[in-house]
Amino acid sequence: MTSNIRLISRLDIKGPNLIKGIHLEGLRVIGNPNDYAKKYYESGIDEIIYMDTVASLYGRNNLSEIVKKTVKDVYVPITVGGGLRSIDDVKYLLRCGAEKVAINTAATKNPELITEVSRKFGSQCMVLSIEAKRNEDSSWEVYTENGRQKTGMSVLEWAKKGEELEAGEILLTSVDNEGTKKGFDYELIKKVSESVSIPVIASGGMGCHEDLSKAVKDSSADAIAMADILHYDRSDVESIRNFCHANDINVREYEA
Amino acid sequence: MILMFENMKPKISIVDYGLCNLYNVSNALEHIGAEIEIIDKPKEVKIAKHIILPGVGAFKNGMRGLKLRELIDPLKEHIEKKRPFLGICLGMQMMMSKSYEFGEIDGLDIIEGNVVKIPNINSKNKHHKIPHIGWNKIFLSIDGKKNQLLKSQDKKSSMYFVHSYKAECNKDENILATTSYNDVNIAAVINKDNAYGCQFHPEKSGKYGLELLKQFIKL
Repeated sequence: MTSNIRLISRLDIKGPNLIKGIHLEGLRVIGNPNDYAKKYYESGIDEIIYMDTVASLYGRNNLSEIVKKTVKDVYVPITVGGGLRSIDDVKYLLRCGAEKVAINTAATKNPELITEVSRKFGSQCMVLSIEAKRNEDSSWEVYTENGRQKTGMSVLEWAKKGEELEAGEILLTSVDNEGTKKGFDYELIKKVSESVSIPVIASGGMGCHEDLSKAVKDSSADAIAMADILHYDRSDVESIRNFCHANDINVREYEA
Repeated sequence: MILMFENMKPKISIVDYGLCNLYNVSNALEHIGAEIEIIDKPKEVKIAKHIILPGVGAFKNGMRGLKLRELIDPLKEHIEKKRPFLGICLGMQMMMSKSYEFGEIDGLDIIEGNVVKIPNINSKNKHHKIPHIGWNKIFLSIDGKKNQLLKSQDKKSSMYFVHSYKAECNKDENILATTSYNDVNIAAVINKDNAYGCQFHPEKSGKYGLELLKQFIKL
């Protein structure tokens, strides 16, 4: 038996709301994040990611309140990202009930933060969030601030560096594909997955079940982050799980 | 008197030795109806009934945290008196004799055996990623099937694991459940008398994890 692929629901947050955008922009309000998190937990999601879409642009967030409420109903790991800048920010969110933190902007500015978080709270808690945008020559550049800010850094180099600095896993979001429903950036996932030996979570673009299959089988993703396919009921956790079972993709067995 | 006692919530003592987030463990225990106290002093360990030793991070730091707070002997005493004890993740690994994470370090030596790095390749030469992160089914041993702690577990029990090291018990009788990560065999639940350890995180393993905790607080 090979390892189980993790099915993760990604909930992008703005203020108190669950939102969804395209290319991480043009945000639309969907509803109350707690309600969605609870629904996904009860239908057997393996993990939940909360990503605050504006925190790193406008300073601190009220995401912590959402996390505190969610953990009263949800007993699977919750990763929280968006606007975390320091060890104290991480400590605060862990105290609110987060299991892991995803760090992007602050890590690109101060890479040592990755090591600090990993040494202090364990590498299992340090998720390096990478927003990747494709260049014309089939390479990828690291972006921050929800795909708005260029960094000049190469995604593959940064992923390897992240592993060296002791990140526990990588959340890899394709800015180009995010919210488009046209499928993942398979080449990106494959290249990053081959470059590092820590798990890679593929995020951005899942339109249908077959997209998941390609990301796992062709691109070696270790986990799949899903957003609007679940939020807009194009599918549900149970159907996705059944699809995986039927297509030789190992996932957790679950009965609601 | 007896009625009064039955109405009381079971009090669970969680050991804080400075390196981990206790929130999720205490939140899950409160959810299933336990009362929680966080303890970090020898005298508190001495009077505790149920003790949970959680933990993430490096073995060396964990043992150092216990030593600094002079908790090693009181914890061993608690276990020798056959009082309920549950080690989670690093807390489980520290129950073993020794660890080979960054050198050779002594553990609490409750269960004979060592903590070793999970090989990143299986017997068929197939590579896999370390840390092992994710949900895996647990398989109960013959002893495990008879054990109170695992009473509510069944063939579908999957738990959330996140670790780079694993415990290798010298005696099979100490293993109540195993899991398989890419065909590498991993001890998932270990036991001696009333002391238990689980490699996975029951507090983050959905309903099956909560069931295990429910059984623990009943011990």
